[in-house]
Amino acid sequence: MEAAIDIADLRVAYGETTVLDGVSAHINRGEIAVVLGGSGCGKSTLLKTIIGLVQPRSGRIDVLGIDTSMLDESSRPRLAVRLGVMFQYGALLNSLTVGENIALPLEMHTDLPRDLVEDIVRMRLASVSLEHAYERFPDELSGGMRKRAALARAMVLDPEILFCDEPGAGLDPVTAAEIDELLLTLNHELGITIVVVTHELLSIGRLNGRLIMLDAGRVVFTGSVDEAQRSDHQVVYPFFHPGEKAT
Amino acid sequence: MNAVRSDGHTLVFDDALAIANLAQVDAHIRQLFASEPAAHWTTDLSALVHLDTAGAIFLHRLPDLAAQHGCRLELGPLPIHLRPLFEFATPTRAPARPTTARPSRLEKLGEGIIQLCERAGDFLYLMSDLSYFAVHALWHRHSIRRDSFVDQAYAIGAQALPIVGLIIFLIGAVSALQSAVQLRQFGADIFVADLLAIGITRELGPLMTAIMVSGRSGSAIAAEVATMKFSEELDALRTMALEPLRFVAVPKMWAMVISMPLLTIMADFIGILGGTVVGVTSMGIAPVAFVNQVISSLFLKDIATGLVKSVSFAWIITVISVYRGLNFSGGAVGVGRAITASVVSSLVGIIVLDLIFNLLFY
Repeated sequence: MEAAIDIADLRVAYGETTVLDGVSAHINRGEIAVVLGGSGCGKSTLLKTIIGLVQPRSGRIDVLGIDTSMLDESSRPRLAVRLGVMFQYGALLNSLTVGENIALPLEMHTDLPRDLVEDIVRMRLASVSLEHAYERFPDELSGGMRKRAALARAMVLDPEILFCDEPGAGLDPVTAAEIDELLLTLNHELGITIVVVTHELLSIGRLNGRLIMLDAGRVVFTGSVDEAQRSDHQVVYPFFHPGEKAT
Repeated sequence: MNAVRSDGHTLVFDDALAIANLAQVDAHIRQLFASEPAAHWTTDLSALVHLDTAGAIFLHRLPDLAAQHGCRLELGPLPIHLRPLFEFATPTRAPARPTTARPSRLEKLGEGIIQLCERAGDFLYLMSDLSYFAVHALWHRHSIRRDSFVDQAYAIGAQALPIVGLIIFLIGAVSALQSAVQLRQFGADIFVADLLAIGITRELGPLMTAIMVSGRSGSAIAAEVATMKFSEELDALRTMALEPLRFVAVPKMWAMVISMPLLTIMADFIGILGGTVVGVTSMGIAPVAFVNQVISSLFLKDIATGLVKSVSFAWIITVISVYRGLNFSGGAVGVGRAITASVVSSLVGIIVLDLIFNLLFY
């Protein structure tokens, strides 16, 4: 299948500390990939490296067929508008209303008429059940609403790949499930490739995507949720059967 | 190539209708509608290959766009593979705004006065609480963290020495030069020393030190408190049964109140030194004569008045900075606003207190 993301022998370090040590992975177009692992295993760093926020020491990352190491300051934005990113805490701009936050990429990257931009923004807000929040400011929203608004902003340019960092973190189970349902809808209805970083078992089960499991900066498992649950790998088993010991 | 063309009164869409070409398509269609008002248009979407959500919303709105130009438009059928997206991207209209009566000017004025009174009340409560906790801490020293006090005193006092020294040296020099020009006309050059000594110790020393400390340390206090509030650190302190004012603000208050007079004493010396350098080098006054004149013109009251002022300035800067930090709202932008408000309010507070002291002492 055509690759959305291809990673080969990626090494990332912060100072003397190696965070990713020879990571290789392949994510197909149109699939849901879940990057999982325990705290500090390097999953958020992997996400930041793919989207260009962290520079790798070595290795290669191809995103939508483009070698990201070859991108310069002028060509990187052209790839960036094809990607959507939902940050762990939403990262909405507090000085702008929710509507303005979501309209921002459209206003900065297109010449669309203002009324069309507003219609697009309202449709995006409706798709995450936030029609009423158009004129509210982010600090007037709950954590779940902020995440849904962040999802609407990430989706507003119709990205080909959507990255989500811990979409359910800090949310109640019902809201976390709603976010997962939204991601599934986007994947099924629009065929968007979705890369989710999480360590929450319920979310992993709901998304039922292809798993890429990290441990100490290395990929220790790739496969389906069923395969992971049956695995007796010394890292995978305790993760999917917390409190039990591998036989 | 344009993704839309007209064939008679039919809009024929080819290839793609997506964000990338939407502005161009929109402009072209508006031009077509404007050129033939009152026409009845249809669309041919059969050759459309790619559609994104923005394009789908545009198609939904197309009949309305035609109506705005006095035309009518019927959407033709979409290719089957694009229909799910078209259904998914249905625009939602802005909800009707609830009609509420606009307040009159008198109501707005009344509301403004009430808010002002509430803020003044909050400020006075904070001022009294903070002052009480600061004095209370003298007899209950375990209630404040010694390390925190030492760190704050170092940051507010010792680290401010170079910049306060530099500025007050230059101000002393400038004051001497300015007064020399006037006094020379009367052959009273030596009285530059008197003017300088009294002006620096009573007024410029404490005032300039306070202005620099409010910009440097008052803003830092406001930013720290606002950030602590934003990141729920203040709530965390409350849950640990720790009063945030005692824990966070009292060490800053004492650090400020002790550092400021020390900085002011140093500023007095350096300011007079700056004036002395000018007096000796550009006015030809003997160093010993200048210093003797400075000493003879100074009274203990002058220095003490300046020090009392500096303590009160320290107190008002801390209270205002903590108040602004605690009352911030709105994330990163709110922190910036709190810092600005803290510096501006502190400057106003300093000048008002200075005026009051001048009325009382002189």
